[in-house]
Amino acid sequence: MAVVEAAAADKILGDVLLKVDAVSLSFGGVKALAEVSFDVREQEILAIIGPNGAGKSSMLNVINGFYHPQVGEITYKGVTRRKMKPHDAASQGIARTFQNIALFRGMTTLDNIMTGRNLKMRRGLLWQALHWGPARDEEIAHREFVEHVIDFLEIQDIRRTPVGRLPYGLQKRVELGRALAAEPDLLLLDEPMAGMNVEEKEDMCRFILDVNEEFGTTIALIEHDMGVVMDISDRVVVLDYGRKIADGSPDQVRANQGVIDAYLGVSHD
Amino acid sequence: MSRALPPPESCDSIPKLLLHNAATRGPRPAIREKDFGIWQNWTWADVLGEVRALACGLAALGLGRGDKLAIIGDNRPQLYWSMVAAQAIGAIPVPMYQDAVANELQYVLDHAEARFAVAEDQEQVDKLLEIKDRCPRLETIVFDDSRGMRNYGQAFLKGFDAVQQAGHDYDAANPGFFDNAVAAAKGADIAIMLYTSGTTGQPKGVMLTFDNVIISARNTMAWDNLSDADDIVAYLPMAWVGDNVFSMGQSYVCGFCVNCPESSATVMQDIREIGPTYFFAPPAIFENILTQVMIRMEDAGAIKRRMFHYFMSVARRVGSAILDGRPAALGDRLLYWLGNILVFAPLRNTLGFSRVRLAYTAGEAIGPEIFDFYRSLGMNLKQLYGQTEATVFITMHADGDIKADTVGPPGPGIELRIDDSGEVLYRSPGVFHGYYKNPEATSETKTADGWVHTGDAGIIDSDGHLKIIDRAKDVGRLNDGAVFAPKYLENKLKFYPHIKEVVAFGDGRDNAGCMICIDVEAVGSWAERRGIAYASYQELAAHPEVYDLIESEIAEVNRDLAKDAQLASSQIHRFLLLHKELDADDGELTRTRKVRRRFIADKYDAVIAALYSTADQAHIETEVTYEDGRKGTTQADLVIRRAAIMAGPAALDLAS
Repeated sequence: MAVVEAAAADKILGDVLLKVDAVSLSFGGVKALAEVSFDVREQEILAIIGPNGAGKSSMLNVINGFYHPQVGEITYKGVTRRKMKPHDAASQGIARTFQNIALFRGMTTLDNIMTGRNLKMRRGLLWQALHWGPARDEEIAHREFVEHVIDFLEIQDIRRTPVGRLPYGLQKRVELGRALAAEPDLLLLDEPMAGMNVEEKEDMCRFILDVNEEFGTTIALIEHDMGVVMDISDRVVVLDYGRKIADGSPDQVRANQGVIDAYLGVSHD
Repeated sequence: MSRALPPPESCDSIPKLLLHNAATRGPRPAIREKDFGIWQNWTWADVLGEVRALACGLAALGLGRGDKLAIIGDNRPQLYWSMVAAQAIGAIPVPMYQDAVANELQYVLDHAEARFAVAEDQEQVDKLLEIKDRCPRLETIVFDDSRGMRNYGQAFLKGFDAVQQAGHDYDAANPGFFDNAVAAAKGADIAIMLYTSGTTGQPKGVMLTFDNVIISARNTMAWDNLSDADDIVAYLPMAWVGDNVFSMGQSYVCGFCVNCPESSATVMQDIREIGPTYFFAPPAIFENILTQVMIRMEDAGAIKRRMFHYFMSVARRVGSAILDGRPAALGDRLLYWLGNILVFAPLRNTLGFSRVRLAYTAGEAIGPEIFDFYRSLGMNLKQLYGQTEATVFITMHADGDIKADTVGPPGPGIELRIDDSGEVLYRSPGVFHGYYKNPEATSETKTADGWVHTGDAGIIDSDGHLKIIDRAKDVGRLNDGAVFAPKYLENKLKFYPHIKEVVAFGDGRDNAGCMICIDVEAVGSWAERRGIAYASYQELAAHPEVYDLIESEIAEVNRDLAKDAQLASSQIHRFLLLHKELDADDGELTRTRKVRRRFIADKYDAVIAALYSTADQAHIETEVTYEDGRKGTTQADLVIRRAAIMAGPAALDLAS
């Protein structure tokens, strides 16, 4: 572990992969995000933190194309746009997991992760239904990739188990698996460790670090557990009431008075 | 059948056997591993290629003759190859338990003076790195799975593939090196060092020679008709002697295929997919499987459930007889045949035992009911008794000569005797070379003429089968001179689900007596079904009907003991049910739940005295430690009862 931490500190961050520029989002009178700007750099682990209702999930939904900001721009891989559909985001290499697990509960782990390959499949419905010729070869290739994901996440024993029967911590892992199956360039994780016990959290941390290291995947995550965030992130963005109040390395953020106030609860005028 | 032929005598080392197998059965599967959801297959020819590259690679790194190579990880082909590769160049593999913590590894690494280690993955590498400073002799660590190892920059860490790659170059630069190195080995060379956990003191390194491993494997190949058509699943620790003999010795001698599971969590599914023909499991695993079957049957529909229970009663009646080829009534045979179609065969298939031709259990006593369950299903389950120092085999059941309460007659080529103190001694081709760097322990265990003390007490019954009754040091004598083995009685009683713990007394006394702790869950549900009300453990344990229940179970045990002339006087005369469970927090059990006999003898001094008086009650006041550490006292009056004593075989002889 010590070796890994030392390595993380020396990590040279790449170019800007995603740039969020003065984004504002409101629902009627509620301002969820107000002129938030930050970048995500290639191969880094960026954490977005903040108290409840700070706008963290909204931020993720904006990046993902699920919400469209009224003001501001997002530049992803050098292309600037304000509106993007989640479908486009996915096909451009953005994958995500959800705060409240969104898996197909009646399907097995294997099938759930296979759905992550959906956008990569070239053959039409009819070919796939016939499961013949090129469609069959294609499925075998995808299955092989999915098996690597299963191996990576060490979930071989639940390969054929319907997801609904799995404990929460494992469901989270399957969801991560589905996101990884899409071979994302940018992985968005919405509270990957919520509701987990200490051991499950440690496992999840390990996987997040390994994904980042082995595949060089850029990760933006939202997390409540401050200990976890400080341990695994390269950089931390802090939101409070829709505004960005800090942005920097974990140590810088930890020492920031604004952040301390936000977490300890200072009255807002 | 030609494939069942043993290898020529000239193959006196594992690497030589590998060359032989690659030449004679090159395209046959040697080892499989489930990886990425698929069974990956290596033939004997493939394995030779892998081992050759690895052996040359290790030699290029400086591993030489007599050096030790520590191996740590789950059952993986690469780790098995590491053992053979080390042996090929005259080094000695030292497999270690994969779940051992760093400090335990440190002792073994240090004691074995290992210069090299092969680790399965990052987890094992981290443990080795943690102790590397304290193991100055450890120079190089080779790791197989490179996941997570990207940022480990240390020069002494080498990837498995890189070592093999370097091995190819070394092989090309030094043609003949590998073949000469393999040819240089002799049967009397040390093949492997296995550290025994040992209940007392530090682990000891048992040195086994190629002769030990190969002759034992040859003998058992003939005993059990093993051939290269067999399949086993390697899922028990590589550091355990059994895995070494089954997955290396026997596999290389017979040429059969070893299958490595995908992960420790998938073993049961993997067994089902492979359908091994030869299977080994400790009693606890057979017990777990049986429990799962029973639970699932309770959840099954009424028709299935009735069918299961009906045919299981048929199987219990005649299954073992049919399996052993003993006579059985025609009607029963027909019913069994029908039961096989409807219940037994599908059940064996579900458990992955469809192809099992031969299964062994060892390590501890197995409950006779569990043993009979599998045999009556048509599975040829047998018991064996062995230890690391014997290269596993001491006694083992032969087909058709099975007794649930024995561990069988001596295996092929093995001599057995019981000395005056009741301890079991053996002499065999598998007798170990010695303990590494510990001649005192070696001479204590192994006599000058080659007999080995097992430390276990046993008796040999009229059929020549060995019965292990206890650890030799725990065995005492009754005042009439008969051997008294407390653990044997305790185990016999503990096979009843209502009894959780037993402490038996008898050494230096006129007869045997015991204190019993009921199993509160089993007895509780028994009481519930009978409408017996109780508010606490103490109240339940003191209930007269519970006493009746246990009394009837003791009577059954006594009836069984009476059948054996040597054990007849160990019948339990008086017993009582304790008002609390024995507890490790109170110092009565060890953390691994073994009874601490001496401590209990002191603590329950007054109760034991009452057990051997004429009193029908004992007053007891004990200190208990609560979970939060507070202490309190409980007191109770424990009822003491007599148990029914049966006539022994000697008495029957007189009567006739």
